[in-house]
Amino acid sequence: MRQFRSMVYPYVLWIAIMIVVPMLMILLYAFTKEGNSVTTFRFTLENFGRFFRDAVFLDVLKRSLVIAVFTTVVCVLLGYPIAYVIASGPEKSSVFWILMITIPTWINMLVRTYAWVGILQDDGLLNHLLGLLGIGPFHIMYTTFAVVLGMVYNFIPFMILQIHTSLAKMDKSLLEAANDLGANRLQTFLRVTLPLSLPGVLSGITLVFLPAVSSFFIPKLLGGGQYVLIGNVIETQFLTSGDWNFGSAISLIMAIIIMLSMYLTRKVDTDPAANGRRE
Amino acid sequence: MEKDKKTGIGGKVILGITALFFYLPILYIIVFSFNDSRSLTKFSGFSLRWYEKMFADRTMMEAVVYTVVIAVLATVVSTIVGTLAAIGLSRSRRALRNVVEQVNNLPIMNPEIVTAIGLLMFFSAIGIAKGFATLLLAHIMFCTPYVILSVSPKLRSLDPNLADAALDLGATPVQALTKVIVPQIMPGIISGALIAFTMSFDDFIISYFVTGNGVNNISILVYTMSKRVNPSINALSTLVIVLITVALLIVNLIPFMRERRRKSI
Repeated sequence: MRQFRSMVYPYVLWIAIMIVVPMLMILLYAFTKEGNSVTTFRFTLENFGRFFRDAVFLDVLKRSLVIAVFTTVVCVLLGYPIAYVIASGPEKSSVFWILMITIPTWINMLVRTYAWVGILQDDGLLNHLLGLLGIGPFHIMYTTFAVVLGMVYNFIPFMILQIHTSLAKMDKSLLEAANDLGANRLQTFLRVTLPLSLPGVLSGITLVFLPAVSSFFIPKLLGGGQYVLIGNVIETQFLTSGDWNFGSAISLIMAIIIMLSMYLTRKVDTDPAANGRRE
Repeated sequence: MEKDKKTGIGGKVILGITALFFYLPILYIIVFSFNDSRSLTKFSGFSLRWYEKMFADRTMMEAVVYTVVIAVLATVVSTIVGTLAAIGLSRSRRALRNVVEQVNNLPIMNPEIVTAIGLLMFFSAIGIAKGFATLLLAHIMFCTPYVILSVSPKLRSLDPNLADAALDLGATPVQALTKVIVPQIMPGIISGALIAFTMSFDDFIISYFVTGNGVNNISILVYTMSKRVNPSINALSTLVIVLITVALLIVNLIPFMRERRRKSI
């Protein structure tokens, strides 16, 4: 058993340098300001104060959260029926459809987001199709709708795959039991299928909410230069303004919000009352 | 879940719309890469001019080369490092294993932009010039955790006595490693390498923050070029889509074909 144990040590050193040190640097920068001639830097909470005192930044944070929550809700509402249909079909077609959902996730996100630019133009494909139905044309590009659409398009596969996994794992005899005991299809779904698939929904929520809240190229490509989310603010601080202290503080605020929401989601998952499991 | 196991008409409609939603934009970009005009909305005729332009464009070709070279190097290094680390980890004390697993999960669980700015500040602090080296180091850093995650489950289901038996029978540790352990966990290593390759090939956020001095990958180029209309992006995108799709089909079809051959024999 002892053989090969030492093979992990180089990797321990590597992650200490490449993962732990950069994370500590974010902490250090977030809580410091460049100093004067006496000290190279000094500890301060000023970076956080600047963020929370400024209505503009708070608005950006609020908008990012609203859009991320909205995207997540849309992904659940659309993703659940899709996963359900895939899971309830014959085995062979399930495998095929899961592959169909997976392939786009392997293609470059940036390329797939850029693909919508032509479709959403005022004289683009979507408005042409809507025109055939006698509606529109609408101005879609550079609106919140376009940004949410881009996020749903990029992130909904994670939701579908998670829900499908938990639906596929479900013990099918439970459904027969419910049926034998006189439950109709709606009752079976609400009392058996839905509660049992909830863990999949919850991990899907985390997988969608996290990239949605921190995304910065989707708002830039589909929302335009004026459309600013929290990720765009971080990008600007690091690549344009060069204020690493402030940028680190914003990233930390974002990371804490994400950790809190993941903690809450996990709490729902382990709480049997909220999970709908009744004795 | 239904007894007859058939997808009903409603289900077929849902699946049809889903397929359309996922593949229409991809098809759209492929079609418009052959457009004769600059327009992204009006198709005025078939032409290969954007492909000619792409192949003649030095920055585009350089980005393609950088993307492929970085992806190959990062995949090779992270697969070897990740596999060795996972094997070592499977035999480590529980406390160390827990810590390493937690830290290993950080780049996977953290928003990419947080990992990106951490690396940016780190590289700047130790004074490595932004460019190829920082890009490669960053890619190895975020690819390796996925290799470990994909190899570790295979090691858990491996009988630990196998390697000991090989050693007792006179194999050197290297032989025990390459002839006993590695063949057993090969499926995990291959899927880990595949994940590493696509993660590296498709990465935008981390690359965008840590690179510099004119070293770009395809994603960064698409991002910076998309600010104005440039149909060569469609040609470049089509190239990316075709490459990844072919690679995926091959990987997904190989086990399927093997199965078939076995059945026909």
